[in-house]
Amino acid sequence: MTITIQKTKRFIGTVGILSLAGCATMGAANYGTLTDAMMKASFRSEGIATVDRLQQDDSNRECSQIGTEALPEAKAKAIEAANLKTIKWPTDGKFLGDWKEGEKLAQNGRGMTWTDTDPKANGGNCYNCHKISNQEISYGTIGPSLYQYGKIRGVTDPNAPSSKAMLEYTWGKIWNAKAYNACSNMPRLGHVGVLNEKQIKDIMALLLDPASPVNSQ
Amino acid sequence: MNLPYPLRYPLRYLLALAVITASSAVYAQPKSAADGINEYRNMLADGNPAELFEAKGEDLWKQKRGTKATTLEKCDLGKGPGVVKGAFVELPRYFSDTQKVQDLESRLLTCMESLQGIAAAETIKTLFGRGEQKNMEALVAWISAESKGMRFALPQAHAEEKKMLELGKRAFFYRAGAYDFSCASCHGEGGKRIRLQDLPNLTENPGDGVGFAAWPAYRVSSGELWSMQRRLNDCFRQQRFPYPGYASDVTVALGVYMGVNAKGAQSIAPSLKR
Repeated sequence: MTITIQKTKRFIGTVGILSLAGCATMGAANYGTLTDAMMKASFRSEGIATVDRLQQDDSNRECSQIGTEALPEAKAKAIEAANLKTIKWPTDGKFLGDWKEGEKLAQNGRGMTWTDTDPKANGGNCYNCHKISNQEISYGTIGPSLYQYGKIRGVTDPNAPSSKAMLEYTWGKIWNAKAYNACSNMPRLGHVGVLNEKQIKDIMALLLDPASPVNSQ
Repeated sequence: MNLPYPLRYPLRYLLALAVITASSAVYAQPKSAADGINEYRNMLADGNPAELFEAKGEDLWKQKRGTKATTLEKCDLGKGPGVVKGAFVELPRYFSDTQKVQDLESRLLTCMESLQGIAAAETIKTLFGRGEQKNMEALVAWISAESKGMRFALPQAHAEEKKMLELGKRAFFYRAGAYDFSCASCHGEGGKRIRLQDLPNLTENPGDGVGFAAWPAYRVSSGELWSMQRRLNDCFRQQRFPYPGYASDVTVALGVYMGVNAKGAQSIAPSLKR
């Protein structure tokens, strides 16, 4: 079955999109195949940004249909369940690192483009989409405000058993945002290896440490 | 194109000044930072260096170039050979000679190759801001300027144009790459921004001179004239996608989708951007 699909794609890719011109009515399935062929033919690898990035997993494939059709509830739940399974929890059981380092990562929007080279220099890109501290006014609004994140959620002592659920949810959200919202706009920072465990701990501290300016100011 | 240095450097100076004003204000008076940026934009709007590119583009159109030593004056941009005025706001469109839907730049590649003997494949391989790509910048600046103030009206009568619209829409929502982004991740909703940069909603008509109706543009931060192809290229870079081929099908399809959505919007290209 897989082979047949790949052969079909290759056939359309080589014979060309033009051969299907003039069809007044074309089904959604045909357009899906044509789109895949067009993407494949239009991009090339450059630096670390290789063409295998065009491959869509189930989440990306289903969430790309939003422009044409709504995602059924059952499919959304299935995507969330599959992504939840990918989350790797902190190996030493500690969720919080250094909020000062977390602030640097939140500010840093670098990483993963074809002009980037060092994966260790990746940032978290957080301020691009979220308000976080009250001092930084240059923040984006694609994501919700995270100002006073821990305070609003009642995390006064991160080590208290009552804080555990919020710590786990936040860790999971940063590691793989699609575990909680199938078509979230947020990247899967831990899952795809943009950030490592230590870096995620530092961002966790920025959001949840009562001493972090996010909660103390 | 090499801009005269006295013009180029004051702009960079102004930018540096605005950045300093903005960043120092971050910790003092949040409101004055946004005001400072607006003030800076207004200062720049007085003189748009894109005009220098327009002048060069008009010269290039009438200049005998390439192995055939011919001008571009018989190039058909969709409204008949040599008709430039109004062509920009109807592109991308279907061309019967190439049997393809083409945007301004892919159409210019065709004209330059057939009329002048300038190999399209070579220009496609050339990096932005170098060699023949610099001429392309000037040409798109002039050609778009000839339709300044006109309203977008892409033809959608041909089956190929309709097909490219649907493919463009699907490409717009195509999620992939290291961050799972599609064009719609940033441009699918109104009133959103990245950092302080406002993001137009390109799934509908974002209004006069916004989004598709604002490119090509002179970018103050880099001192360059950016075509729509270059704008899209940098979007894909930040989307963490692989590298889109110059004038590739995906770029043309996205042009059709954004252009059709922008129907009736007034073109201000070439505009001025930070």
